[in-house]
Amino acid sequence: MNSWIIIGAALFYLILLFAVAYFAEYQQKKGNSIINNGYVYALSLAVYCTAWTYYGSVGRATTNGITFSAIYIGPTIAAACFIPVLRKIIRITKAQRINSIADFISTRYGKNATLAAVVSIFCVVGVLPYIALQLKAITLSLSVLSSDVLNDITGNTSLYITVGLAFFIVVFGTRSVDATEKHEGLVAAVAFESLIKLFAFIAGGLFVTYGIFNGFDDIFKQASNHTTLKNLFTINGEHGLTDWFATICLSMMAVLFLPRQFQVGVIENVKEEHLKKATWLFPLYLLVINIFVIPIAFGGTLFYQNQTIDADTYVLAIPMSNQQTALSLLIFIGGFSAAASMIMVETIALSTMVSNNLVMPFLFSQPSFANQIDSSIGKVILYIRRYSIVMILLLAYLYDKMVAEYFSLVSIGLISFTAVAQFAPAIIGGIYWKTASKNGAMAGILLGFGIWFYTLIIPAMVDVKLIQESIVISGPWNISWLKPTALFGLTGLNNITHALYWSLLFNISAYILFSLYSKLNAKEVYQAELFVDADKHVSENYSVIWRGTAYMPELFMLLQNFLGKERASNLLQNYANRHQINLNHNGVADPRMVTFSEKILAGVIGSASARIMVSKVTKEEEVSINEVFKILHESQQLMELNKELRKKSIELTKATEQLKQANAQLMSMDELKDEFLYTVTHELRTPLTSIRSLSEILVEHPDIDEDQRINFVTAIARETERLSHLITKVLNLEKYESGKQKLHLTSFDIGALLKHLTEEYQHLAIQKQISMSCKIPNSMLLVFADADLIQQVIINLLSNAIKFTPEYGCIDITIREESEYLFVSVKDTGKGIPEEEVEHIFDKFFQARNQTIKKPEGTGLGLAICKRIIDMHKGEIYVENHPGKGAIFTFTIPTFVRNESLIAHNESSL
Amino acid sequence: MNQAYKILVVDDDPYILMSLEFLMRKNGFDVMIARNGTEAMELLDQYSPDVVLLDIMMPDVDGYAICSHIRSSTKHQYCKVVFMSAKSKDTDIKKGLDLGASLYITKPFSNKELVHKISALLD
Repeated sequence: MNSWIIIGAALFYLILLFAVAYFAEYQQKKGNSIINNGYVYALSLAVYCTAWTYYGSVGRATTNGITFSAIYIGPTIAAACFIPVLRKIIRITKAQRINSIADFISTRYGKNATLAAVVSIFCVVGVLPYIALQLKAITLSLSVLSSDVLNDITGNTSLYITVGLAFFIVVFGTRSVDATEKHEGLVAAVAFESLIKLFAFIAGGLFVTYGIFNGFDDIFKQASNHTTLKNLFTINGEHGLTDWFATICLSMMAVLFLPRQFQVGVIENVKEEHLKKATWLFPLYLLVINIFVIPIAFGGTLFYQNQTIDADTYVLAIPMSNQQTALSLLIFIGGFSAAASMIMVETIALSTMVSNNLVMPFLFSQPSFANQIDSSIGKVILYIRRYSIVMILLLAYLYDKMVAEYFSLVSIGLISFTAVAQFAPAIIGGIYWKTASKNGAMAGILLGFGIWFYTLIIPAMVDVKLIQESIVISGPWNISWLKPTALFGLTGLNNITHALYWSLLFNISAYILFSLYSKLNAKEVYQAELFVDADKHVSENYSVIWRGTAYMPELFMLLQNFLGKERASNLLQNYANRHQINLNHNGVADPRMVTFSEKILAGVIGSASARIMVSKVTKEEEVSINEVFKILHESQQLMELNKELRKKSIELTKATEQLKQANAQLMSMDELKDEFLYTVTHELRTPLTSIRSLSEILVEHPDIDEDQRINFVTAIARETERLSHLITKVLNLEKYESGKQKLHLTSFDIGALLKHLTEEYQHLAIQKQISMSCKIPNSMLLVFADADLIQQVIINLLSNAIKFTPEYGCIDITIREESEYLFVSVKDTGKGIPEEEVEHIFDKFFQARNQTIKKPEGTGLGLAICKRIIDMHKGEIYVENHPGKGAIFTFTIPTFVRNESLIAHNESSL
Repeated sequence: MNQAYKILVVDDDPYILMSLEFLMRKNGFDVMIARNGTEAMELLDQYSPDVVLLDIMMPDVDGYAICSHIRSSTKHQYCKVVFMSAKSKDTDIKKGLDLGASLYITKPFSNKELVHKISALLD
């Protein structure tokens, strides 16, 4: 393939990454952070899958079968403890403003600068080859793409790519001097790359499986007949299983403690809830990206039967051999993604450690530098980080050029894994075991690393002829139990398992023994408390163990130098407000302000350096260990008290809420009663008005003429009748509602009653030219009910129907029987009922409530009374409404048979 | 009294209208009656009364709306509005007076008092 196309594609892809990162930062400025998302978080964790996964897994699978999967089974198991372990680490990291894994360990063990430096150095030493490995993978993939291009051109290409990556990391990785700030653009780019590499690898897998072969079945069938491949379906021998298990443990630790994993999983975590999504999404990602590893490995071996092709490159080589130019480019870009994302995150993590834990403490310890700190220090720090980035990448590049060619891809990765596994005891112990001490951590890590170096690096150096072979063959000074590959005579394991076993054994033992037999200092006790009981200390700040004299202006000056005036003053002011601290206390700083300032500074230069800086601007007094214990004890009590209070307060709030509800219920009942009374008096007032007014006229004007007098007296009589009618109805309703009304049950023919009442009201209908018909079967329709009350209901419905049906309309009365109920319906052709009123028409005085538009005449009680009567008969009353066309009022009443239960009920109540 | 005051009585209750028509005529008013809101609106414009005796609850247009109409038209700027209603809540009364009525009389009322209050209002 033309190398310019390749360079163009890589360049285009880098530009695309820039665009993604810029877009993310642009979105964040607008307030919608892209990385504040569980899916993006899980994808960023997939930075775990490097070029080693992308190319190396296939290589390993061709020789060792499914053992490669241990590297993904480990993280899958680890994902299950994301919630308890990783969440705790995230909480501590946020509360303490920790910015790297070295910072985490040093902060835990009393903010010890030496420990931070040691961990940082080991991280660089352990991981630098791993970065080089990524560069090697890029070079390797380039050589597959353009085998005819001269070697030095590809070599230069990998240099260009390294420079491009360095530029990207410097731009998006050193935006803010505060290393605890999220690298929005960088993380977005990494998540994007995770998608690309997954997509590309699956595309390659699909091509091999279905393009070259006829699916999984075909590949496996052919492989099982192949001389070497058929042995790969099982894990071989006793030690094979041990190695497999060791690799699983190793990768469990790696997925948590590799600097890049710590960076994306902990430092860049926006919300701890995102862990929940990551717990299943991250293992799923690992599963999906590995589905095609075996098919490609077997497919490649079968495809290149008689050729020697590096198995690491199968995924790329197979499409190339089949002239699939576009697919090959895509797969190259996917591999490039895998490498680039690893390089980016690892470099950021390492550069933070190098600058904060190595360069800065050194500078601060130089009086000539420390005494000249001014507002330019922020820029200085950024430049130190940028130089660190360039230096790390340069070292990785040189390592790749000079050393890496002697190793296969997989071995370097596992050597790095074993290196970072040495941090596991200090971290895991540190968050669960208060007795763990700085000496324990230091001893464990030093010893573990020493053994790592001795058992893995020395043999590797022997391999490249840097050291004489005799040390491996017969041991140093001919002491055979000191052989690096068979320490204390342990043989039969592979070199990684061997190294892991001895290094962790010594590491953990030293960690525990030194912790048990060394005295803790006050700082260690305090930090241990903050880490182990992190949940208690996240939000509260009861226990501050700083004592001495500090002045606000000096603290402020210190922060201002590092963070700029505005940011520093905002941070201090907000903290003071939140904790009600008076900032103008003669310039003397509250101990809490000192502790807070140190924490802020720790986010920028690491906790150990921050400790040094703060101690420089303040006069500190020694706090004895007993005092620390006392303070912690008191704060413990305070916290418990506070917890208790909070519980009580929640209970009180609940009780108040319940009371409020009960009160509201009473009020609304009261309101209903008031409303009813108001409506009744309102209804009484109208007839009373005319009665009073007319009778006053009759008294005042005895000379009134006869016709007029008769009119007035008749009116008075009518209105009096209306009044008494209303009063009777109100009393009736009250009787029905209170249950005082007894039913006088008799069996009667409701059909006959309907016919009778229809005839009686016929004359009213005829007056309005309404045709009223009663369609009722002639057979007896016996009900057992209170005849008077049922008559009242029927009369009410009939008179309403007549009232609301316009002239020439018609009214139909029907009755039907259905499942032991009689349905009596009165259908009219009036206007119907406005939709919004339908649900209220059976409420008493509905027409008066909160309205000023008067509904058609009537007391407003008729339907309410009907409903009560029908309820008493265990029936139902309802309306089918057709606005504009009419309404059908129906009530149901149990038939005679059905109502025997009612009879019994009625007798018992008599 | 030189010129009889013109009064428009608006109520949907025929008996109240009957009594008020008689009462106001006997007391020297020039009386018009309206049985509902729509009629009241028509008569208002034709007749330009000096005072409107206004019920609130009516089937078509309510008394509040009629009062608002009167207060919003310059033609009726000198026309006084007196509410008479069975609605006796403070909120109802306040609403009536806020709309620009001069008086709010709750039903039932005494004839003498009604006449007295209206005469006082007009003088």
